Amino acid sequence: MHQPRTEPRQSLYHDYQVHDFVRPAEMDGAGVVHPVAIVGAGPVGLVTALALARLGVRSVLLEAEAQVSEGSRAIVLTRRSMEILQSVGAVAPFVATGLPWKSGRSFFRGHEVYRMEMPHDDDDRFWPGTNTQQQLIEQYLVDAAEASGRVEIRWQTACTGLAQDESGVTLALDTPAGEYQLRARRVVAADGGRSTVRRCLGLRFEGENYPGHFVIADIRADLGLPTERLCFFDPDWNPGNNVLVHREPDGIWRIDFRLPDDETPAAALEPETLAARIGRVLEMVGRPVQWQLDWATVYTANTLTLPDYRAGRVLFAGDAAHLLPIFGVRGANTGFQDAGNLGWKLAMVELGLAPEALLDTYSHERVAAAREICAEGGRSTRFMSPPSPGFRLLRDATLSLVLSQDWPRPLLHWRTSRPHDYSDSPLNTAPTGLDGTAPAPGMPVPDARLGEDDFLLGHLPDGFVLIGFADDAGTLAALERSAAQAPTHGAPLSCLWVVDAGLAGADRVVDSLGRAPARYRARNGDCWLARPDQHLCAGWHQPDGTAIGAAIARALGHDAAAGIGAEANVILESDR
Amino acid sequence: MKTEPLDTAGIEDAYDRIAEAIDTAGAHRELFLVKLALTLAWRSGDPQMLREAIAIALLDLDAEAADRSR
Repeated sequence: MHQPRTEPRQSLYHDYQVHDFVRPAEMDGAGVVHPVAIVGAGPVGLVTALALARLGVRSVLLEAEAQVSEGSRAIVLTRRSMEILQSVGAVAPFVATGLPWKSGRSFFRGHEVYRMEMPHDDDDRFWPGTNTQQQLIEQYLVDAAEASGRVEIRWQTACTGLAQDESGVTLALDTPAGEYQLRARRVVAADGGRSTVRRCLGLRFEGENYPGHFVIADIRADLGLPTERLCFFDPDWNPGNNVLVHREPDGIWRIDFRLPDDETPAAALEPETLAARIGRVLEMVGRPVQWQLDWATVYTANTLTLPDYRAGRVLFAGDAAHLLPIFGVRGANTGFQDAGNLGWKLAMVELGLAPEALLDTYSHERVAAAREICAEGGRSTRFMSPPSPGFRLLRDATLSLVLSQDWPRPLLHWRTSRPHDYSDSPLNTAPTGLDGTAPAPGMPVPDARLGEDDFLLGHLPDGFVLIGFADDAGTLAALERSAAQAPTHGAPLSCLWVVDAGLAGADRVVDSLGRAPARYRARNGDCWLARPDQHLCAGWHQPDGTAIGAAIARALGHDAAAGIGAEANVILESDR
Repeated sequence: MKTEPLDTAGIEDAYDRIAEAIDTAGAHRELFLVKLALTLAWRSGDPQMLREAIAIALLDLDAEAADRSR
């Protein structure tokens, strides 16, 4: 019988809430079929559930533990992750408590050898990075899920097996009250790097495991340093390796370093060994102050992905689908993009508005993203943690060169996680009539500052959205007419017209600063179609309803049903 | 940057300079050679030239074994 820990985990900054096991109806013989079951109530499972809920689809989340996860784990949320959290209505507490930042510095032999400023301008609501500990990420998302009314979280419920057939998936579950089976039409495996679902289906990762072990130690200390990523190469107390220092909320500091190759993880976590090294780090940053350990762990670096994120009615997301290196903050941030992509597609299929083939495009788009991230993350990892004598020599040569030369400094760039551009997606319709430099299908919807504390993305409704620019009443009326005439195939379609103050009204946002057209390279009458995950999928100058309808059909995967890569602009028989 | 290979006098001069620099680097000669290779790769601006140079340098690293195989 499954018996998870029910004593609250220890933390200096978070009061863990232990959730009781609640006996489900299935244990008393009820024959329930859930639309979607999500295995794993970590950040990715929770955001997937929220994305489904926004489009009206209920889900049941199955979590083996009785409380949110232990330790700070994923601490950096990228701008794109914050936008995704905003899209599922959960961003407010992250803004309220997170630590925003945009720069980092690298040091070698006491010299600052590299400074990186991540792009950030006045049109971005969110900073390139926002630091929040994973327990808090999960707690905020649990709060949002409970408030949604469409997400049921079953704590203390471990998945131990599954079987699928033509109409659904049967999950074998173990709980403190015994075993039961749960039936769902589809299952999302968001159960982490050691995914039980992945193991039950016999699926294996492809890619590389990198050598070396890394220690994370979170301490509470008053260091009085700004929020920026600090990297120290080859410190005298840890020759050949590097140390990262980063600030977390609540006076917590993350210290992260690679172990000497001949040292075991257990030895590294011995309190005296750990304390001595933390002391050396604090001396290194010039702050030899009192400190208190909150949490420590050991991790490895990998660039691994499943070759396909769909196995029949089971879809993989987050670490269950891929394991990515920590350098460049790729883990949870990639998982959030999985969740955003999967949530709306699963909802459309579940609501009967899209063919099953739409789910194949989830795998198509996100496996491509993971492979791109593996390539980029592999470069960062090979520099931060050289896997062979050759890579170590080149890293050492580069560090030696940057003491006197500028040109090798970009090699120290840690290639921060960035949103994938689905430019080759079969769901895109080729743009027509737009400026050649305008945002292209596949890109995330660009944010734009409309007022002092007013941004375009904050106004995007759920579902598909037409974003149009109108300078005069005639153009606005034409856009509204086209939108009204567009066949939506049942999909939720809203409009967001960017207008001057004189045209204010429903479905309109007033561009009081006049910045948005420049951000979009938009002329009067230009219009884009955004998918529910806030990626563009079509764009036109003064489109008619037929063109909009065809683009929606394509984005719903009706063309993908005929094979990924089908020609654009196919009009459904039902539209004629 | 010159695009033509060095003439005989030029390569003789390079030969001496690199040898003397290796001696100057002493125990750090391996690091020196990698820094030199990286710097020359950057200065050349020519990825194909670098690939050819790497291929040439990887030939016959164990000359005695190469002799035996002939």
